[in-house]
Amino acid sequence: MEQAIDIILLGFLVVVAIAVVKQRDLFASVILFGIYSLLSAAIFVSLDAVDVAFTEAAVGAGISSILILSTLALTSRNEKPSSHSVFLPLMVVLVTGATLVFGTLDMPAFADPEAPVHKHVAPRYIQDSYQEVGMPNIVTSVLASYRGYDTMGEVVVIFTAGVAVLLLLSSVRHKEDELSNLTDLKHHPILLNVAQILIPIILLFALYVQFHGDYGPGGGFQAGVIFAAGFILYAMIIGIDEIRKTFTPKYLHWLSVTGVVLYIGVGIVTLLLGGEFLNYNVLAEEKLTGQHWGIFLVELGVGITVTATMLSLFLSFSEVRRTP
Amino acid sequence: MWELFILYSSYTLLLLGSFLSLTFGLGLLRFPDFYSRTHAAGVADTLCAALIIFGLSLQSGFNLVTIKLFLILIFLWFTSPTSSFTLASTAYRSGYGIKNNSSKRAE
Repeated sequence: MEQAIDIILLGFLVVVAIAVVKQRDLFASVILFGIYSLLSAAIFVSLDAVDVAFTEAAVGAGISSILILSTLALTSRNEKPSSHSVFLPLMVVLVTGATLVFGTLDMPAFADPEAPVHKHVAPRYIQDSYQEVGMPNIVTSVLASYRGYDTMGEVVVIFTAGVAVLLLLSSVRHKEDELSNLTDLKHHPILLNVAQILIPIILLFALYVQFHGDYGPGGGFQAGVIFAAGFILYAMIIGIDEIRKTFTPKYLHWLSVTGVVLYIGVGIVTLLLGGEFLNYNVLAEEKLTGQHWGIFLVELGVGITVTATMLSLFLSFSEVRRTP
Repeated sequence: MWELFILYSSYTLLLLGSFLSLTFGLGLLRFPDFYSRTHAAGVADTLCAALIIFGLSLQSGFNLVTIKLFLILIFLWFTSPTSSFTLASTAYRSGYGIKNNSSKRAE
């Protein structure tokens, strides 16, 4: 039964992927990409990887659709017809695809218990992480403690990507704002009321996701994205000017740096206290308390950086004047 | 006996929800104009979500999962009518006609 669900979902995924490629209307492509992410999230749920599914749903289907749509407001809606011949790209795709398929021949079968991935470090994570890190959610222990280096890299990647987009956009920025074309429903009573009810709940949920990540699915990445989504909803329906006044660009830039600095700072403090970089055991007398503090601070850093970066991307997209 | 009754009512609700969802999906594809399609999608969102979540909460019994499911339902009842309304209202404001817009859609 579960296999049937997997096959159906994967089939949908292929259909949506083909539809995205065939689609010339970029707006429809963005929506199809959202569907694609939601389907991947469903596949992750059926693989019992709820943390990944949560991230995929929040980032892929949620915030990235919003960001790409606000990019689309700056460019044209339809894809330009290609003037190149299709032969070379087709060859490249075929060769790459053939290599990838050839590569899968060596891979262990799906869900093979003897596969290297289940033999290497995974048994230790599953058996010892509760004694070593003390988190009921193994994914959080792996993400923030065992593989703290990787997560630090991810935060720095998000930060760098945000800086790169801001640098690109700053060359076309105009003084006067005009995002009024994004929605003329701004002060509509139904939307306004629903948004006023929902936005506090969304922000509360983001806090829950941020601080409940030790016990259930969630963590800094998802919480940051949900936070940003709540503020973006506010900007789109209630008023972007209030958001601009609260989150000035300077403030947002400081925030996104703060998150990264908090993360790396925890690592430096552990170094100064005589442990390895990002070894949280030394943060407190008790080993597990140290781990708790370390993971709490690191996740907070992730959340702050993600929120600030997403929000500043949205705000700077909406600041750029529409190109004629 | 009671458990069996709960189980079968849960199955009935789930199947009914899925069937209605399928019908509304068909309506979404087959209805002639934009507004009736939006209507089909909006009704599906509220009614099918309710049926499926009631079915699931019967399966889970009364615990934290049920409360979470009902919170999801309330969230859906807030958001999906609003989004259908926003779609229809935006279409209407941007001058999208009610009749014979199949040619207009192709633009």
